[in-house]
Amino acid sequence: MTRAEHAQQQQQRPARPQIITAKVRPEPTGWTSWITTTDHKRIGILYLWTVAVFFVLGGVEALLMRVQLGAPENTFITPERYNQLFTMHGTTMVFLVVVPVWAGLANYLLPLMIGARDVAFPRLNAWSYWMFLFGGLALYASLFWTPPEAGWFSYVPLSTKEYSPSGGQDAWIFMAHLTGLSSMLGAVNFIATIHNMRAPGMGWGRLPLFVWTILIYSYLIVLALSSLTATVTMLLTDRHFGTHFFDPSEGGSALLWQHLFWFFGHPEVYIFVLPAFGVFSEVIPVFARKPIFGYKAIAAATAAIAFLAMLVWAHHMFSTPSATVVLAFFMLSSFVIAVPTGVKIFNWIATLWRGTIEFRVALLYTVGGIGTFVIGGITGIFLAVFPVDWQLTDTYFVVAHMHYVAFGGSAFAMFSALYFWFPKLTGRMLSESLGKVSFWLTLIGFHTTFLVQHSAGLSGMPRRVFEYQSDSGWQVYNLISTVGAFIIALAVAVTLFNVVRALKVGAPAGPDPWKANTLEWFTTSPPPEHNFDAVPRVRSVEPMKDYRRQVEEQSGAPQRFETGRPMAHV
Amino acid sequence: MDRSSHQTLLRRAIAPALLALLVTASPAAAGLILPEAGGGSKQAEDTRTLYIIVFVIGVIVFVGVEGVLIYCMFKYRARKGRVAAQIHGNTRLEIGWTVGAAVILVFLTIATFVMLPGIKNPAASDIDMNGNPIASNAAFASTDQEAPPKGAVMNIAVDGMQYVWRFAYPSIDDEKVYSFTDMYVPVGMTVTLDIRSNDVQHSWWIPALGGKMDALPGYTNKTWFKVTEPGEWKGQCAELCGRNHANMYARVIALPYEEWRAWYDKQATDIEAAEQAAAEGREELEQRKGEEAVQGTGGGSSTNTDGGSE
Repeated sequence: MTRAEHAQQQQQRPARPQIITAKVRPEPTGWTSWITTTDHKRIGILYLWTVAVFFVLGGVEALLMRVQLGAPENTFITPERYNQLFTMHGTTMVFLVVVPVWAGLANYLLPLMIGARDVAFPRLNAWSYWMFLFGGLALYASLFWTPPEAGWFSYVPLSTKEYSPSGGQDAWIFMAHLTGLSSMLGAVNFIATIHNMRAPGMGWGRLPLFVWTILIYSYLIVLALSSLTATVTMLLTDRHFGTHFFDPSEGGSALLWQHLFWFFGHPEVYIFVLPAFGVFSEVIPVFARKPIFGYKAIAAATAAIAFLAMLVWAHHMFSTPSATVVLAFFMLSSFVIAVPTGVKIFNWIATLWRGTIEFRVALLYTVGGIGTFVIGGITGIFLAVFPVDWQLTDTYFVVAHMHYVAFGGSAFAMFSALYFWFPKLTGRMLSESLGKVSFWLTLIGFHTTFLVQHSAGLSGMPRRVFEYQSDSGWQVYNLISTVGAFIIALAVAVTLFNVVRALKVGAPAGPDPWKANTLEWFTTSPPPEHNFDAVPRVRSVEPMKDYRRQVEEQSGAPQRFETGRPMAHV
Repeated sequence: MDRSSHQTLLRRAIAPALLALLVTASPAAAGLILPEAGGGSKQAEDTRTLYIIVFVIGVIVFVGVEGVLIYCMFKYRARKGRVAAQIHGNTRLEIGWTVGAAVILVFLTIATFVMLPGIKNPAASDIDMNGNPIASNAAFASTDQEAPPKGAVMNIAVDGMQYVWRFAYPSIDDEKVYSFTDMYVPVGMTVTLDIRSNDVQHSWWIPALGGKMDALPGYTNKTWFKVTEPGEWKGQCAELCGRNHANMYARVIALPYEEWRAWYDKQATDIEAAEQAAAEGREELEQRKGEEAVQGTGGGSSTNTDGGSE
């Protein structure tokens, strides 16, 4: 049968749901089923729990640092331990939290959102997770010997054998290798899945915006992480096998490390913030009960940000010995990237405009995240102006800026996603009232911690100092910051309690508690192993709205969300 | 009508009022919302001016965006009977805000390049290396270019090392002068710095005198400052350089030329004396070692030693 004949035959078939499940096996149980699983949903849950553990570890490291800095000339922690703490905190949060959390969430949601049975390569997917876990364990195993202490950016020469002889630095390199490979394999998997396995009718113009961001995130990972794994290998061979890539006395260059590292490092920022933008773009239309404003502009802005993200790396290096023309180029490219980012923010606000906004915890975290990220974006412009950056770089101003971006972008979105998709993942609702307590504590705690750090930086407090003198004038800022850090810790504890409680006694969620827009709400909560009993059809960017409209027309029972009426179960 | 004119008035007044507030309150607000500047350092003051321009624009954007966001949250909160407007987009509006954002950035780019020369290029020195006043209209090179004619500026080599700064001063009358941690400079002298490192990376920074420049092994980085009044300004290493990074302090002490010259000569004498003492100490040590070696050989014959017979 030729292809044309086959197509013809396909067309002649009467339109009806396509049944894909021939035989349903009982779901495997027991702990071995979690180790051998290739189900994207179980792998997603493994990712998310692992990330939760690393998030708490990274948080504890942050709290220890804040205790040390709470008072001037404090002797709570030794300089050696302090350097280990900020290295572990930065590495954990970047490599083991804000990047894999999106791999975990996308693992669970992406096939559901595009109406697929699983990801394209399920076994490769399992391999990605285990590589991530082993990467994290490689780093944390160094706790039993000497943890790395050259910072999450591991600048040479400090990270070379001469100045960091301990194996902690090697553990850091292996962590970068393993998590880098994990991310790249995961990214290839997502790319193949999104390109090939979308439900019938889901053209590029109907792809959920979260899936758009995961697609772009995956392409960025392939480009940036491959550079990083090569770079850390160069460091490894410099340390142990006699090469001199970064050794100026042998014709190498210490500046080379910075270029190579930030060529990964800046795209990394967008790797962890673009999926957060995807979450914002999914949550807002659901709770504003409005279509997303400017779908095409948001998708295009995502791609534009990713392209520009590859061209801004040297704005981390404005105070290095570089020519003015280089500095000017990277200032302008950093300015340009603000435009598509601004476009997204304007589109979200326009989506809220004239909507009917439901103050659910997921939406609160999203709006709080956007409001916080805006501040990080504005201070980013300060830092892009390179003569101003000469004053601000390597101070607490940058610490504040990057937490406004990473926490405001990624962490707020993480919590928003948790409250939004928890019912789908578990079939149970999280408590809205506990969630609101957690949200307000997060918002207040975050700004208490980080707003004053701008001032500390402006008054000359450098980053990565284990102590400061009592006559420096930084005492009040640091005390406020330390108090704020504990408020954040309390907020996280409330949400963790909420999760544990909801797993036991949470109200049943039903398939679609929010009356949301995308296909993951088409199936049961939690979904069966095969996801969908019938392949869903997609006629717009909001297929669930179409389904509800259809059911309403056929049965007469109202399916649309009624404004002002509290939803059942919540 | 009355209300809207009030609003426009308010809107028109915000930016200039904010600017006026920042400029007048700058000494008090230094550190809280403004970067440090002091000692009449033009570099730091111009940086602060540029910062204020960015800050004012940033505050306007902040108030605009957060204002509309919070307004939406309260105004469009779900209530019984309210229906959400099903709007999918508005191409003209979207093009409008894209262009609007770009225009703000073009303005910031222009502001940066207008302010850049004053921050980057060393200002003309008021005095030469001998303390004599010099014409103020002499033009000088930027940090990218070769050093200006001899005597017009003072070039200090700044060497970062774990965990101390070493400053090597230009030689006057063939004297060799260096100091650690405290850098002494004459008031009114343009000081250019060659920033280097022999171990790990460091970053030179005296907040009140201007921006930081990294010390990277294998490279020489350049910056400058000129202070017009006597005083002391503190700073510390700004790039992670190891366990005691927090304790790698630096201080610039500006003195009137005569006092500075007195310090310089005394330092030269002290260094010479110290070197001489060290040389004598070394000699003495070696001598003692030699003697110990002689004694150490115990009852052996003394003919084996050839230096001790003098």
